[in-house]
Amino acid sequence: MAKRESTFINMVVTLFLVTGIAAAGLGFVYDLTKGPIEVARLKAQSEAIKQVLPEFDTLGTSFKTLAEEGGDSLEFFPAYKNGRLVGTAVQTYTKKGFNGFISIMAGIDEAGNFSGYSVLEHEETPGLGSKMDVWFNNPEKPKQFVIGKNPNNTNFTVSKDGGDIDAITASTISSRAFLDALTRAYSSYEKNSDATSGLTGN
Amino acid sequence: MNQWKNFSKGFIKENPVFVLLLGMCPTLGVTSSAINGLGMGLATTFVLLMSNIVVSLVKNLIPEKVRIPSFIVIIAAFVTIVQLAMQAYLPSLYKSLGLFIPLIVVNCIVLGRAEAFASKNTLVSSAIDGVGIGLGFSFALVLLGSIREILGSGKIFNITLYSENYVTLLFVLAPGAFIVLGYLIAIINRIKKN
Repeated sequence: MAKRESTFINMVVTLFLVTGIAAAGLGFVYDLTKGPIEVARLKAQSEAIKQVLPEFDTLGTSFKTLAEEGGDSLEFFPAYKNGRLVGTAVQTYTKKGFNGFISIMAGIDEAGNFSGYSVLEHEETPGLGSKMDVWFNNPEKPKQFVIGKNPNNTNFTVSKDGGDIDAITASTISSRAFLDALTRAYSSYEKNSDATSGLTGN
Repeated sequence: MNQWKNFSKGFIKENPVFVLLLGMCPTLGVTSSAINGLGMGLATTFVLLMSNIVVSLVKNLIPEKVRIPSFIVIIAAFVTIVQLAMQAYLPSLYKSLGLFIPLIVVNCIVLGRAEAFASKNTLVSSAIDGVGIGLGFSFALVLLGSIREILGSGKIFNITLYSENYVTLLFVLAPGAFIVLGYLIAIINRIKKN
């Protein structure tokens, strides 16, 4: 079985066929997995919303808003119980993480305090920055607990920077990023609270 | 060639991590826990198997001078398939490995086996070689991941063994990966010498 010779035509035809077949195969698989990927994404999102908000029965239509100082938009999910607004989940983000981008779902209750959060995406160091999903959620450590607070009554910076929140041990950068994301969610929420309350009547 | 030997060589004699020292980037990067190591190992095994099969089938159709780009395209196609499938059906594993899956393309074990083995051997031998090397790689990653997880976060496969207050954080970080890998290679060399 002799190998095909490396003539120009042979090489061009081979590469063309190899890439063509690969592209067709990938297109097929993409089509096949497109549905399940979207379902998995939405499921993760709705689970996060349930986790961060007080009990609710209906989720209003979500809307997007431009973040301050430009950047990507934040997505708002108002939640209702018996027709009354009980809280809003805000999908917020920061780019200041130790390894860049972090996406967080933050819940804000009707009193304007954080009711919970859930880290959707991050690339922080395992064992250090990755602890943020439990660190700021621990009611036994009030100095690092963010639930029930908001940036108007609490200084949302780490204590090292003169703030009121204790940073994760050995992960000040991740902690700053986390608080940056929450502050961004809150300031955007405040700006939009008129729009949100306008929807309450529904 | 004896097919059993062909299969089992991946575990110790030609283990990609401990002996060939190929594919160090995912090895050191993802093994911060045992489950990550297992996921990465199995994903790589699938890619190795499929790319070895396809490469051994088309080995005579591909001109010598364009074989490397052709192999890379074949490998990249299978990696993307793994990535899409994992995103669709195992989203939580994808969340922890996401960044490293595309890097399987440049994992030199995969191209190494395509070039050194599959392009010179029959379909059956190549498939067996792919699975053997892939499982050897998985075995090494799980071993490395388990040791790092036990020492660095006091858990194994997410089951807590002892309090987090006594862990040595170093082991889940990059330097820990190098240290554990170094000791493992030393132990394996010692065993092989006997």
